[in-house]
Amino acid sequence: MGEISYLLFQAVLAASCMALVFYGIFFVKQKEKIRTVARLVLLTAGVLQTLYILLRYLQSGYTPITSQHETIVFFAWSVTWAYLSFRWRYTVKNFGTFISLLVFILLLIAAVASHAINPLPPALQSWWLPVHAGIAVISYGFLALAFCGGIMYLLQEHELKSKRFGYFFTRLPSLESLDQLNSHCLATGFVFLTLGIITGSIWARQAWGTYWHWDPKETWSLITWFLYAAQIHQRFSAGWRGKRAAIMAIIGFASVLFTLWGVTYLLGGIHSYAQ
Amino acid sequence: MPSDMILLLGVNHKTTPLAVREQLALGNGYEQPLHALRGIDGCKECYLLSTCNRVEILVVAQEGAQVETHIAKLLFGDSVAPAQHQDYLYIYRNHEAVHHLFMVSTSLDSMIVGEAQILGQLKEAYRHAAELKCTGPVLNKLLHKSFSVAKRVRSETLIGASAVSISYAAVELAKKIFGNLRDKNVLLVGAGEMAELAAEHLVGQGVRKVVVANRTLSRAMDLAKRFNGTAVSLDELFSQLEQADIVISSTGAPNIILHKQDVKPIMRARRNEPIFFIDIAVPRDLDPELNDLDNVYLYDIDDLHNVVEINKSERDKEAIKALRIVDEEALKFQSWLDNLSVVPTITALRKKADDICHIELERTLCRLQLSPDEQKAIEKMALAISSRLLHDPVAFLKNDSCKEQHDVKTEMIRAAFGLVDKN
Repeated sequence: MGEISYLLFQAVLAASCMALVFYGIFFVKQKEKIRTVARLVLLTAGVLQTLYILLRYLQSGYTPITSQHETIVFFAWSVTWAYLSFRWRYTVKNFGTFISLLVFILLLIAAVASHAINPLPPALQSWWLPVHAGIAVISYGFLALAFCGGIMYLLQEHELKSKRFGYFFTRLPSLESLDQLNSHCLATGFVFLTLGIITGSIWARQAWGTYWHWDPKETWSLITWFLYAAQIHQRFSAGWRGKRAAIMAIIGFASVLFTLWGVTYLLGGIHSYAQ
Repeated sequence: MPSDMILLLGVNHKTTPLAVREQLALGNGYEQPLHALRGIDGCKECYLLSTCNRVEILVVAQEGAQVETHIAKLLFGDSVAPAQHQDYLYIYRNHEAVHHLFMVSTSLDSMIVGEAQILGQLKEAYRHAAELKCTGPVLNKLLHKSFSVAKRVRSETLIGASAVSISYAAVELAKKIFGNLRDKNVLLVGAGEMAELAAEHLVGQGVRKVVVANRTLSRAMDLAKRFNGTAVSLDELFSQLEQADIVISSTGAPNIILHKQDVKPIMRARRNEPIFFIDIAVPRDLDPELNDLDNVYLYDIDDLHNVVEINKSERDKEAIKALRIVDEEALKFQSWLDNLSVVPTITALRKKADDICHIELERTLCRLQLSPDEQKAIEKMALAISSRLLHDPVAFLKNDSCKEQHDVKTEMIRAAFGLVDKN
């Protein structure tokens, strides 16, 4: 099964790479036909990712979301499917190019990380594992969309403000659609993030006895949560939108990445399983 | 005639920044400037075109006269030092002037190649000049020709079809900011023609509401009626800005009407909803620093130029075709102009012959007792003799084979027939 799993991961990597290539060509040429192909390839990559995660589940006997490799693959999976579910409702011009780039970078990191299947530590042997970790990483998927939208917003805003129209001007969508994307993705991502923290807290009560005990990972999750909460609050109360919202989405995502990796490698703590 | 030349002086959006163009003395109205131009020594015919992108003066002047410096002084007034005139001013003479005029009328020289507004502006300018009797035989012919060249270019090339006007560029930008324009409100500040055109484009995109704010309410109401909108007075500008998404400003105000510090509180009231200002007025209506505010996008006329630059390459092919037509027509006009030096000589020649005929006829007919029919027959004969005699010298003058020697030929004929030189 290890052989199949290895081959399947290579297929995932190849499909994601192809999706990036096709979206890249579409970005340059802006031909409808290429976009259709790119979408199909990304969908295929998404399906392959799902299959890989299922296979890994069968292989190890638990939800594959504990090691670094597994977490990142799951992260890439949630970004891909968050995008595919999102674009089912809205079309944002050339968003796919940015998303497929992010997915490919994540999968490259996953390819470098150790593929080894470790025995599950006793603390994680619970049905809370898929619920808590799954929800948390799905929230990261939506927050990643907001991050990409934020970068696109800043690029487009720069073109419009500087009045020198470069390569991106015609290729990027309107500011309003990017701002809307930011708002929708943050709302969805924030709900999942909140659920992730609540389920984590309940699980902590069961596993460690207290709901909250200021472990670095918990602290940083809370910081991230406050960053997003403040932004959403400001959007509704003071009308923070546009550039400010885009910058906040980028800062928030940086905090997400730090919570995911920075805490594990720099701060440690009892929550750092994925080494 | 040979000692006259066609002279074209001007400034446009390419040579002169908006800030300088706003200061031009000849930038306002037609009547006064035309009177001033006509008063210049050595200026026989004159015409002035003043649009928000260019001010151009076309004159027929006596060679050797200091017309150029006089016009430059008149054009710039006191705003620019004489030493700097050359930095901004372009001067074309004779064939070049004709060519440039055709470039302008066909909109090949426009900020937005292929736009149709310029022809209307040219006709309007010509109407003013003609009413004040500033134009003469040369400019009348030249300007009419420039109109027909513009029409020819429009019908023979696709330049107009792919033409993007300023308003079109504004719509494209609005789409990049707002995406869909369906639920957006447009506010027209000032009711100029350009604003009207831009609004027309936006209404074509299905904007929700058009509000016209103007100093004179009646004009605002007229314009508002066209777009099913509402009219407000200019005093309500600030409160209107809270609801507007796209603001097109084109007042004739001499100063800035909206400053950065005015807009800041408005943005707070709008809860930072993006707002797009388009300043198509010269002099500018809106503080350039508005663009520094978050979610405020300000474009003036020069900025809109850049937007249009994007799909320039598509139009270049058609522009080459149009340029060929302009070259062709300019050459044709040149040959008409060359012939023109011959025309007065021929007229003088015919007049002399006619005069002689009539004098001799009168003398003879009053001595003879003839019936009216017989009188007529004799008259006819006399005129026929003179015209047949003149046929060969006229054909000689009109002959195109040795064009360069027109001057020599006319001199020869004038001397031979004893025609008095009027110049």
